[in-house]
Order: sequence, then C-alpha cells, then structure tokens
Amino acid sequence: MKHNENKIMLGHGSGGRMMHDLISGLFLKHFSNSILQQQTDSAILNIGTSEIAFTTDSFVIDPLFFPGGNIGKLAVCGTMNDLAVSGAEPLYISVSFILEEGFPLNELEVIVESLAAEAKKAGVLIVTGDTKVVNKGKCDKVFINTAGIGRMRPENNQICKAIGIEPGDVIIVNGTIGDHGMAVMNARESFNFKTSVESDCASLNHLIGEVLEKNAVKFMRDPTRGGVATVLNELAEKIHLGIEIDESALPINNGVKAMCELLGFDPLHIANEGKVLIVAKENDAKSILETLINNELGLQSAIIGRVVNEHPGKVVLKNETGGRRIVDSLAGEQLPRIC
Amino acid sequence: MKYIDEYRKKDLILSVAEKLKAISKKEIVLMEVCGGHTMAIQRFGLPSLLPSNIRLISGPGCPVCVSSQHFIDMAMAYSKIPGVIITTYGDLIRVPGSTTSLEKERANGSDIRIVYSVLESLEIAKNNPDKNIVFLGIGFETTAPLTAAAILEAKKNKLTNFFVLSAHKVMPPVMKALVAEGVKIDGFIAPGHVTAITGTSIYDELASVCGLGVVVAGFEPVDMMQAVLMLTTQIEAGKPKVEIQYQRVVHTDGNKIAQKMLGEVFELRDDQWRGLGMIAKSGLKIRGEFSSFDAEEKFQVEVPESTEPKGCICGQILRGLKTPVDCGLFGKKCTPADPVGACMVSGEGTCATYYKYRS
Repeated sequence: MKHNENKIMLGHGSGGRMMHDLISGLFLKHFSNSILQQQTDSAILNIGTSEIAFTTDSFVIDPLFFPGGNIGKLAVCGTMNDLAVSGAEPLYISVSFILEEGFPLNELEVIVESLAAEAKKAGVLIVTGDTKVVNKGKCDKVFINTAGIGRMRPENNQICKAIGIEPGDVIIVNGTIGDHGMAVMNARESFNFKTSVESDCASLNHLIGEVLEKNAVKFMRDPTRGGVATVLNELAEKIHLGIEIDESALPINNGVKAMCELLGFDPLHIANEGKVLIVAKENDAKSILETLINNELGLQSAIIGRVVNEHPGKVVLKNETGGRRIVDSLAGEQLPRIC
Repeated sequence: MKYIDEYRKKDLILSVAEKLKAISKKEIVLMEVCGGHTMAIQRFGLPSLLPSNIRLISGPGCPVCVSSQHFIDMAMAYSKIPGVIITTYGDLIRVPGSTTSLEKERANGSDIRIVYSVLESLEIAKNNPDKNIVFLGIGFETTAPLTAAAILEAKKNKLTNFFVLSAHKVMPPVMKALVAEGVKIDGFIAPGHVTAITGTSIYDELASVCGLGVVVAGFEPVDMMQAVLMLTTQIEAGKPKVEIQYQRVVHTDGNKIAQKMLGEVFELRDDQWRGLGMIAKSGLKIRGEFSSFDAEEKFQVEVPESTEPKGCICGQILRGLKTPVDCGLFGKKCTPADPVGACMVSGEGTCATYYKYRS
C-alpha cells in the first residue's frame, strides 16, 4: 500500500496497478479464503452437486447516458460478461439502486427500461433488488449494483484459472478496442469532438456460449477498466510467460485512434464493455474466429498477439516500424497530456 | 488515418534510413528538445534504425518535467486556501512536491480540477462567482498563447475571480544555456509545435553563432527520420543552418496572432528550471497591466525552501548528460506508479518514456 499513505485516491478505482495493490494489500488481507484467493471474474462455488458462478459489480458512470448505452444497460452487460468469461451460463441477476434525492423519475424509467431490455436480450431474470435514496449531494444521481448467478458448464470450469497456457498460444479479441472509454469520455468532457465513437457495451454471453460450444478455449477475460493492457499483464504475471502484441493487428476504430492520438492515451489502456480476450491453441484459432465473425458482436475479431517464452511476466508490443515497447498496466488515473 | 498513416509507412522510413546510412560518416550527437519527440523516437524504435555513429539525446522540453519544485509547492499552497479552485492540465496532478502532490491534496479535500484547455477555467470561473479560480500555467510557446488568450478573454468579460499562476517558459534561452554549458551537441531536432508559434528566427543565432544545425521536425517516424537526415546532411557538409522539416504545420514567420497575444500579456523574466537552475529571461511573467489576473499578486503564500529529491538525477537527464538508466532510482524506487522525479510523471518525460519502451 505504498501508493498513498492514508487516503483513497481516484487511481485506486482505475482498474490498474493501484487498484490491484489495494485489493491485495487490504481486501484480500482481511477477507482471504480459498475461493476469493483465486481472484477470478466470478467466484466458482460448489453447492450440493451443482457448480455455480457468482459475481457482483457496481456502476457509477458519469454521464448516465452516453452514445451506445446508459448506466442501466451497462449494469446488466458488466455482470453478464463477468459470468460468461468464467465459462458460466448466466441465469439470474439482482439489481440495487442508490438514488440521489431530486433525480427525475422519467430519467430513472429510461434507465430501468434499458436494464429490463438488456436482461431480456441476455436471457436472464432479474429476481431480487434493493432501493436506497440518499440526500442530495450524497451520491451522484444514480449508482447501480448488480450481482449475477450462472450455471457452470462442467467442461469449462477451469477456464478462469488460466491453466495450460503455453508459448505459441494466440490471443483473440472480438472486435475494436477502446470504444467504451472514449465514447464516455467524449460525452463527459468538453472536447466536443465530432465523432461517431459509440460504447461497445453488450452482453457477450450468447457469443461466448457459441464459442465454447464448438471450440477449446484456454482462458477468457473481459478487458474493462484498465483495458486490454491490464488483463494481459495480469495474465503474463500469472502464467510466468511473455505476451507479444502486434500493433498492426489491433482492431481500433479511427475515431478512437484519433482521440487517443490527440489526448496522448494508449488504446490498450482504455475500457471496453463488450469485448472478450480469448487465449487458445493456434490450431483452434481459425475455428474460433469463424464462430466469432458470424456473430454481430464479433464481426471485427482478430488475433492480436501470442504467448511467448521471452520476457516472462511482461507484455511487449511490436509495431510495424520495428519498434518494441513494454505495455504496462495502467498505473493510476488515465491523464491527458498537456500539449 | 489521414496525416498519420502516410507518415508511419515502413518502406518510407526504411528508405530514409538507407539514405542516412549512405551519407553518415561523422560521429554526431543530436538533441531532441521536445518531450513529444522523445516519445516518438522510442515509440517507433528509431534508434535501432540509425547508424551507430549517430546518437540522439533528450533535452529539456517536457513542460511538466522542467517546472520547478517550488512551483509545485506554490500550487499546493494555493490549493489549501479556502474558496480556491485549482484548474490544471492533467499530467501535473501527480508530480510530487516537497511533501505532497495535487492528487493527494485533492483526496484531502482541495478542489482541484483537470481541464483540457485553459478556456474551461473561464467557464468554471463564470459558474462559481463566489470562488477564486487559479489556473496553473505551464508549458512553452505552445500553451502560453492559450493562457494569454484566456487572460484577454477574462479581461473582456470583466471576470474578477480568474487567476493564473504562471510557470510558462520559452525555449531559446535553455537551448543556448545548454550549448554555453558545454553539453556536446552537433545539432538540434527543434520542437515542431513551439516553432509553429514562434517561427524559426529564434534559432538563427544557434546556427550562425554557435555553428549548430537546427531542423524543426514533426512528430511521426517519417518526420523524425527525415529531420535526422537533414541534420546529418548539414553536419557532414559542414554547413549548419535552420531548416523546417515540418512544413505542413510550421512557417518561417510562425503564428503572428499568437505572438502578438504572448507579447501583450507576458514579459520575460529570469526563471527557475528543475534540475537546470536559474536561466536568464527564460520565463513568462504576466505584465503589470494584467496583474489583476496574476495569482502571485492576488494571493501571498509562504512556501518553504524546496529541495530536489535525494538520488534523483532529473537535472542531468534534462541536460542530456545522463540517461535514465544511469539513475539508481530508475525502475526501482522511481516508477510511473510511484514517481520520485518529474521526468517519470509526465508521459513525455524522458524517464517515463524509457520506462515504457525499455524492452
């Protein structure tokens, strides 16, 4: 916990290294048990003879409405995807609201409608919930927490543990990266960039279900806060192998590329809400890509890199001009550059 | 993407590299002054494409890195004044001062807001008439005209709660100071965006008096390689001069409107540079006519004498004398997540760049 002597800072919630340190230095220290210790996207629980996946996520996004979605849709997608990448089939979710006094009811209804529509699309039931209202100024308009339960597919119950990954395995993503983070930032900040960048926020459980039905997958994770870079760094550290990314293979929308160039951001650090990173044997990649590309949520899927023996624990990006650079996890808050 | 892809073409970069290899004979040292250039050089792996007798060294062109610790401590002191909102460019927020950083002060309850343009500060001032807004003005001739424009706009709108704490600096004196100090440089890769404002005459003396080549460069790999080729051609022929590689943006005369605004609002003063010390006529002070917008005139703060962090060699790195790998703290006690010196904080700082691209 060396990053801050005694106060929580925004960087602690960025999904990068500061948050990682907070979790391991504080939460795991006090909550530790064999299930939590796995630090997987969902907890895998044995209850009687069945194996279920259980996860939770809170949503505090500003602005509440952004191109491509709103906090309601996001609250379903986030939890769906955490279950789906764990190899589970999502079944039920809970929804809890923390509402600020004075928030317009008609806006709340739009959010609730989106939540319902996305849950229906994902094929899950909202089965329990909670509502709290706080004084004006004590929270920012609407905070939502969702938790979800899914049935584990027995053949996929090792998928979140990243077991059996070897040099030569490939890394696949189901489309363009960085869309969600940049869409939200453009809606929130005052740049007034005229861009068509939209959040990619989507429930991936059906897409992932199709992939798992037909293919062998070694590992999956959704690159949300902290982006692709943070997921791949955590993976490289865990498997004690290197990961090499090919810059020219990264699918990135031009609008996202342009915003990143202007602001000095790395698309690999930007949040996604409808993307999954899949690690698989090279021989299985073709068939996985075929499955992905036949789904509207995977049209721009691509192999973006591979697992290598070199630089264990590190992610290195190769660019077209022969440059190589280390891709670190996001250190703290994503900060725009000055000029 | 237009204006980017065509300047990142591999075959074009390699063909410039070939030409360079063919003409380069002397051992030469080129300094890229601008942090944006340092980043581009490392990001695109350019050192590996250069002949071994051409060495690039990084200069003092990262605005965050050269802002003195005293300035950071002043900013912190302002942030603690009741009723003050600090507005700042994002990369300043994590720079460690003597005891704390803006990021930590924000967590302690100070109202510190990141802005993308100084003009946002005017909006904040209009929307918070009962608060005093202090904008932390850092950067060279690129960002200083924007601050000047904001002060002129504030005057026009009769704003009485907008102030600037100016640490703005100008480029030519520090470039000359490095040469005078005896840092071995054969030519400068001059900053593209600074020159877009100032024009090229600021470098004339470096070429005519100091005998150094100066090429104003863009920020893409083709730009950088071409600039190195142009400098090498000059140096091999023994004919140093000022040239513009970045012609799609930079004109010999610069941007006259921006120059006029700069001159109207600011005057030169001696200024403190982190690691480099006091350099005559290198800083921009708000002129007396605009003193009602000068934070230093409005608020008096006591700041204890600041000390550079122990073991940090930012100063020598900013002078091109050492590289980050020469520093005992680099990558160990000093990382982007937990920076000791300013060169590690800014994405364009030499240390942060080396850290990121050190593979």
